[in-house]
Amino acid sequence: MNALTFVLAGMLAAAMPFLLAALGELLAERSGVMNLGIEGMMAVGAVIAFLSVHHFGTHTLGFLLAGLAGAALSLVFAWLALTLRANQVAAGLAIGILGQGLSALFGKSYESRTVAGLPKLSIPSLSEIPVVGGLFSQDAVVWLGLLATLTIWAALRFTKLGLVIRAVGENPSAARSLGYPVIAIRYSCVMFGGLMAGFAGAYAATVYTPLWADGMIAGRGWIALALVVFATWMTGRVFFGAVLFGAVSLAQLAAQAGGVNLNSQLLASLPYIVTILVLGVISSNRRLLKVNGVASLGKTYIP
Amino acid sequence: MSVLSAYRLVRRSSASRKVAVLAPLGALVATIVLNLCLYLAMGKDAGAVFHAMLVEPLVSWSSFSEVLLKMTPLLLIAQGLAIGFRANVVNIGAEGQFILGAIFAASIPVWFPQATGGWIWPLMLLLGGIGGALWAVVPAFWRVRLNASEILVTLMMSLIATQLLAYLLVGPWKDPMGFNFPQSVMFQMDATLPLLIPGTRVNVALVLALVVTLAAWVYMQRSFQGYQLVVGGLAPQASAYAGFAESRAVWLSLLIGGFAAGLAGAAEVAGPLGQLQRSVASGYGYAAIIVAYLGGLNPIGILFSSLLIAILYIGGDNAMVSAELPVAAVRVFQGSLLVCYLAAITLVRYRLVRVKSEVRA
Repeated sequence: MNALTFVLAGMLAAAMPFLLAALGELLAERSGVMNLGIEGMMAVGAVIAFLSVHHFGTHTLGFLLAGLAGAALSLVFAWLALTLRANQVAAGLAIGILGQGLSALFGKSYESRTVAGLPKLSIPSLSEIPVVGGLFSQDAVVWLGLLATLTIWAALRFTKLGLVIRAVGENPSAARSLGYPVIAIRYSCVMFGGLMAGFAGAYAATVYTPLWADGMIAGRGWIALALVVFATWMTGRVFFGAVLFGAVSLAQLAAQAGGVNLNSQLLASLPYIVTILVLGVISSNRRLLKVNGVASLGKTYIP
Repeated sequence: MSVLSAYRLVRRSSASRKVAVLAPLGALVATIVLNLCLYLAMGKDAGAVFHAMLVEPLVSWSSFSEVLLKMTPLLLIAQGLAIGFRANVVNIGAEGQFILGAIFAASIPVWFPQATGGWIWPLMLLLGGIGGALWAVVPAFWRVRLNASEILVTLMMSLIATQLLAYLLVGPWKDPMGFNFPQSVMFQMDATLPLLIPGTRVNVALVLALVVTLAAWVYMQRSFQGYQLVVGGLAPQASAYAGFAESRAVWLSLLIGGFAAGLAGAAEVAGPLGQLQRSVASGYGYAAIIVAYLGGLNPIGILFSSLLIAILYIGGDNAMVSAELPVAAVRVFQGSLLVCYLAAITLVRYRLVRVKSEVRA
């Protein structure tokens, strides 16, 4: 299997932790709330899913519990940021640190243990095409992730619900005077973000690399946050950004396996360096950010 | 929810000073109760853990001196970070700046292991500060010139710093006589900090941290620049009107924050560690974020919060030995403490008012 085939076959799976977490954060940010605790919610989702799969052997239950755990943590964040009007940055950081601590605590006696991953579901004939065929042979979560991307894209663009969420993020006071419950809508969006972060962590720990190691999320939650900015809050671009990062992390593996003589620490830093560079390029386009950005993002709303 | 929605938050005309002092204490009590419940659920003897964590560090001089040692980097880093946080410059990458400080300081004993003289450790501290500040140049430039969020860039720089440290320790800076452990040579005597209190590991860095605290207090209370930073954080438009450049606040905040964190990193390798090793990056940079917020972003408050978090670190180590409590429990405690604090300080700015008209079962 050459490097290109390898990257094409695996990039969607590698993209899932980024994609699921970023889609959730996208919705939260579209409603005007920035949750910096993604990394911690992913870490908790990862450990809960790993423990469930390890003990009960079912991924469905693992994902369900991981999603609930992520949502529960995001509920604490929402309570701080929305009900108690705490600083969103500080509240997000607090949840992030708490989540990473809980993850390390629960996972302590499972270090280096493994669980079984998920089987691939292939689309007949398409998956037999040389080179690109691997793209059509993915596990169930990848297929559901693609479906979720399409659904969120369509919901934000074409449905009334999407319009209301965007309105709440753009101008909460106006949305409220139209009779929409701003705080309740923000609560829902933030909790959806927590749910998705939980799924993202579950995928990372029980499907993509079904092995427990403390700190295994390794900054992917932060990259997901950056992806939302790269994508200038557009669903399609979140998807392409996530796949790009998936491909980069696989290319890194392929390079190492292929004996490319590059320092392993440099390779490990690559996603972070790329994030910094892309962030600089996208953010410097102030007009783009202003047009696509969310006007009330991160600001405390007082009804 | 129903309990809360029966109450409404009403903004106070001025922040309550009494609540400002009571809120952190209330948060601490709530956190202790919550975490003891967690330990009980884990099947631990909650009383023993409580004693090991919060009492033992204070009862003997030898363990209290370890608290002072632990407090030093937290205090240094948090004072630097708070300057930025007050100006809305959210530097969450102190961990990386700390690591760079450690690396820069270690360069002297690694490259000149034979050098002697009383000038070595002061130079190492200075180099450490410079290293930390240099690592903060990227996020400062990115925010000022490229409009990029310093939150994300400082964090990414920390993740890169961890890799850089790993590279040095398995590569060029690995001690050739170190049995292949990822660590540098042991530093020579003159490349370690003089001890402050004989019989303990407390070194001159504690004095430095206290001086920095005093300077931060004077800077915030008295100096014009401190005022500029506060105004820049509270009302960007007002400060722009007053002619204060936001970019200056960003540069100053990040460079000072980076310098302080780098200084702490240098003091860690030249102090208790005595060599550059992987464990130098043990999360002080993240814990200092908690210290800064917990201290109300006030230099004097930070003095107390750094002491508290240091007690928890030493107490956590005790509890690991005596009650087999995993180290991660300390991180859970820190995280939940910040959550409780953020909830409690709402009452500094708001009053809880009971909504009487609504009848709820």
